[in-house]
Amino acid sequence: MYDFAYHKPANVADAAKLLAADGEAKALAGGQTFIPVLKQRLNKPSAVIDLGGLGLSGITLAGNTLTIQAMAKHGAVAASAEVKKAISALATLAGWIGDTQVRHRGTIGGSLANNDPSACYPAAVLALGATIKTNTRSIKADDFFQGMFTTALEPGELITAVEFPLPVEKSAYEKFRNPASRYAMVGVFVAKGPAGVRVAITGAGQNGVFRHAEMEAALAKNWSPEAIVGIKTPADDLNSDIHGSAAYRAHLIGVMAKRAVVAAG
Amino acid sequence: MGFEGIGASVKRKEDGRFLAGRGNYVDDMRQTGQLHAVIKRSDRPHAKILSIDTAAAAAAPGVVAVYTGADMAAEGIGGLPCGWQIHNKDGSPMAEPPHPVLAVGKVRHVGDSVAVVIAETRQQAKDAAELLVIDYEDLPAIASVRDAVAPGAARVHDEVADNQCYDWHIGDKAIVDAAFARAKHVVKLDLLNNRLIPNAMEPRAAIGDCDVAGNYTLYTTSQNPHVIRLLMGAFVLHIPEHQLRVVAPDVGGGFGSKIYHYAEEAIVTWAAGKLRRPVRWTAERSESFITDAHGRDHDSTAEMALDEAGNFLALRVRSLCNMGAYLSTFGPAVPTYLYATLLAGVYKTPAIYAEVRAVFTNTVPVDAYRGAGRPEATYLLERLVDTIAHDTGLDRVELRRRNFIPADAFPYQTPVALQYDSGDYVATLESALKAADWAGFPARRRAAAARGKLRGIGMSTYVEACGIAPSHVVGSLGARAGLYEVAEIRVHPTGSVSVFTGTHSHGQGHETTFAQLIAAQLGVPMSQVDVVHGDTAKIPFGMGTYGSRSLPVGGSAIVKAVDKIIAKGKKIAAHLMEASVDDIEFKDGKFTVIGTDRSKALAEISLAAYVPHNYPIDELEPGLDETAFYDPKNFTFPGGCHICEIEIDADTGVPHVVNFVAVDDVGRVINPMIVEGQVQGGVAQGIGQALIENAVYDSAGQLVTGSFMDYNMPRADNVPNIHVGTETTLCTHNPLGVKGCGEVGAIGSPPAVINAVVDALSDYGVRHIDMPASPQKIWSIIQAGRPALAAE
Ligand SMILES: Cc1cc2nc3c(=O)[nH]c(=O)nc-3n(C[C@H](O)[C@H](O)[C@H](O)COP(=O)(O)OP(=O)(O)OC[C@H]3O[C@@H](n4cnc5c(N)ncnc54)[C@H](O)[C@@H]3O)c2cc1C
Repeated sequence: MYDFAYHKPANVADAAKLLAADGEAKALAGGQTFIPVLKQRLNKPSAVIDLGGLGLSGITLAGNTLTIQAMAKHGAVAASAEVKKAISALATLAGWIGDTQVRHRGTIGGSLANNDPSACYPAAVLALGATIKTNTRSIKADDFFQGMFTTALEPGELITAVEFPLPVEKSAYEKFRNPASRYAMVGVFVAKGPAGVRVAITGAGQNGVFRHAEMEAALAKNWSPEAIVGIKTPADDLNSDIHGSAAYRAHLIGVMAKRAVVAAG
Repeated sequence: MGFEGIGASVKRKEDGRFLAGRGNYVDDMRQTGQLHAVIKRSDRPHAKILSIDTAAAAAAPGVVAVYTGADMAAEGIGGLPCGWQIHNKDGSPMAEPPHPVLAVGKVRHVGDSVAVVIAETRQQAKDAAELLVIDYEDLPAIASVRDAVAPGAARVHDEVADNQCYDWHIGDKAIVDAAFARAKHVVKLDLLNNRLIPNAMEPRAAIGDCDVAGNYTLYTTSQNPHVIRLLMGAFVLHIPEHQLRVVAPDVGGGFGSKIYHYAEEAIVTWAAGKLRRPVRWTAERSESFITDAHGRDHDSTAEMALDEAGNFLALRVRSLCNMGAYLSTFGPAVPTYLYATLLAGVYKTPAIYAEVRAVFTNTVPVDAYRGAGRPEATYLLERLVDTIAHDTGLDRVELRRRNFIPADAFPYQTPVALQYDSGDYVATLESALKAADWAGFPARRRAAAARGKLRGIGMSTYVEACGIAPSHVVGSLGARAGLYEVAEIRVHPTGSVSVFTGTHSHGQGHETTFAQLIAAQLGVPMSQVDVVHGDTAKIPFGMGTYGSRSLPVGGSAIVKAVDKIIAKGKKIAAHLMEASVDDIEFKDGKFTVIGTDRSKALAEISLAAYVPHNYPIDELEPGLDETAFYDPKNFTFPGGCHICEIEIDADTGVPHVVNFVAVDDVGRVINPMIVEGQVQGGVAQGIGQALIENAVYDSAGQLVTGSFMDYNMPRADNVPNIHVGTETTLCTHNPLGVKGCGEVGAIGSPPAVINAVVDALSDYGVRHIDMPASPQKIWSIIQAGRPALAAE
């Protein structure tokens, strides 16, 4: 780690001010991605703005919206009665992230802001048509994810919450874990809700999370595993590494999607 | 106190402090005035060092010194020595290029040490290390054994032609060729033994210290502190033994990787001498990946000649083995004397010929890793046997049985140098077949198929050679060390006992097993026994722990020392009870005049020995403190049968081990719980090698699997609860009849797993699959096999 100044503001406005004042300052949430990067000296922020004092860890179910604040930990989402009631697949997804230690530090805001192409939450947020609330605006999931490690967030802009529209009629997440890292090598979130029928794929795409139009169309007509049998995913834009070729990932998308539809009932 | 004797599953004495975080590891130690060393590592696989500009780093805040290879060379510091010399087929010695502590002229692998920065804080040292300006000229990199032997390949060491370390052989080529000429069948198999990264839980660490009188201490994460003292003191830094103390305190796992003398040990010790302040270094995990010696990495061809009935007539093996960029301490011995000598396995194959070519590459040095050579031999043989069954249609169990060395053939001389003393391969086979319900497998396969799963079963029957080793034998084979072991037993005045052992415990539980042994032999409670290891200032010159030697060799030394204690105790008892020495017997902690009720407890004898008021002082020295060195007469030969049952998800290719049975013959068992733990851990590593672990270099020589994000370690959900059984034949040449259990799990298991995978995929036209059998590989086989299946 390099030396840096450390601030722990008590409200979003102060945090935003600190970030706006210093282009080299960076926000810290659960630190599960950021701290390892610092430890390897791959990043040299002038200041670290710890979001842990903002009190943004609530989870509320009101009307037709499930709101998860940015600093809600994966463990809290996995255990939340509200989440389980409204979108149980989301609780399942959170419970499959990393290990116990990671789930007790990592946050939904950090995961979305980071937009790791192998992260799990982006699949849920995209498939459920959620809205990302920041300190300045609301961003639709469809506009938020802009390629690997790239989002619609402006420099210094902070995610404050994620709003999931309800009721969600059907949903499920299936994750094929990278054998080494246990991140998603292929993760498929299927949903039928206010945003329509959606299939979002994470882990596989070179540009991060994406929607599978052909599967969505097929499932919109006929929500059943049979509906998507035989739908091939072109391998051209998929990732390839020592754990899985693009062709293997393309195949796994089909398998995981089918299993997700079965699980969603 | 429950039953603590031999055969009791006594809970491990050391676990209390480990579980409570109260272990004392090198990195836990703090020295007054300590400095921090950070080593600048090469990020190039192969490059000329044109220049190193240290000025900015040396001037950085807190920096006390910056040293390069040139500074060490200027002081006549030697290179890291190799402990084993192999000879080529033509009798000439192997190529043994220098292994400078800090690189001189060239870097030869990613992770090679280039310079050291020493500062008041670690942070300052790291900051300054970034200011080093190193001008490199990249050279073509040799990333694999195949690259190394390609025509016109670049040279890792300018003076080593064809990158060849040695070209060695064993066995009788003419007899083998003749047998092949008249064989009914010949079955041939090409196979790779995948490269592994040890990943001990505790990263390596070292602290050097030097007092005003020039007495050095090195605290290091070592499996063998005396070996480090000898190698570093005599060959690298030229410090005589009496001025160099090496301490290896609690060590968090080694698996072989902490046997070797590493550059960092020499660097911190040398720097401490120059600066007269303690200098410490602890590896970061990413440093461990690129500096701890790796394991395995063989590329082999095996051929078996058979007669009509499936009897093995002759075996021919060719292996191309990776030494990495430099020779690690015991690297050359692994693919030769720890590998090819095991190629008879449990079979009475009358003729064997093996050729081993070891080569240099621009990768981390390769050396012994749990099992060391024997897993490679076992994997090759047991895959070959299953392939013979596959090709000839013979039943794989019957084929093994037919070729087993029978139980009445021991001692058995193999055609590749070793003489097995004891074993009963049918007994371990039968026991494993029963425990695994081999006969019931077809029904389980059908049931799995109904669930859409491909189920397979596989076995391996193996023998290994451990308890290393008879010094005169290994000496004649090129070892530059003896491999005896030492024990000192000090019975204190009040009868409590300290045992000083030359072995080292870094997870094996010696503090328990050895205390148990003493308790059984001297009749004192385990709570009265202290086991001391890991400090050259306390312990006579011992050789350390590797090759499953601690109990067979170290335990035998303990028994010898106990015998001396008892012999002396008898003389003291005879004096005290006014009897003849011949009339004294020692049992259950008491010296008794045979046939009387007169006796003296051990504590009374020890008190008399240290307070010799009434004592045969003219004939006997005071004190009750004995040392014994034990040099084994032979290796020990544990063996057994491992059976693995696996299910494959046909849609994804994911394999899942659903049952694993290990029935091993490890000789007499002192603590069954510790034996079971060793087997469970070894099998977990074996399953890891077979299905999961793989060190991958890209063609440019960069380590792709340089972190746990890409290097796949077995997790709890990869490993089932392993059924561990034992079938015992005693070792015939050591006093306890023990054979060793530390490596059997990692040796016996990989081929059982792969044989199960191949069996599960039998409908898909697969004959062999290289390790690790990853989901992607299995899926590809299923994909390729589908059309064939559909056509049937
Ligand atoms: C061992 C391990 C296994 C893991 N496995 C998985 C897995 O299986 N699936 C998965 O999805 N993830 C996995 N992760 C990642 C984990 O989910 C992280 O928690 C997540 O990627 C980052 O969240 P964080 O709260 O730790 O953010 P941090 O690491 O603190 O921050 C990450 C980035 O986001 C920025 N940031 C944080 N919060 C905000 C905010 N509110 N507004 C704007 N910017 C912000 C930071 O500045 C930083 O750039 C794993 C991590 C580890 C260490």
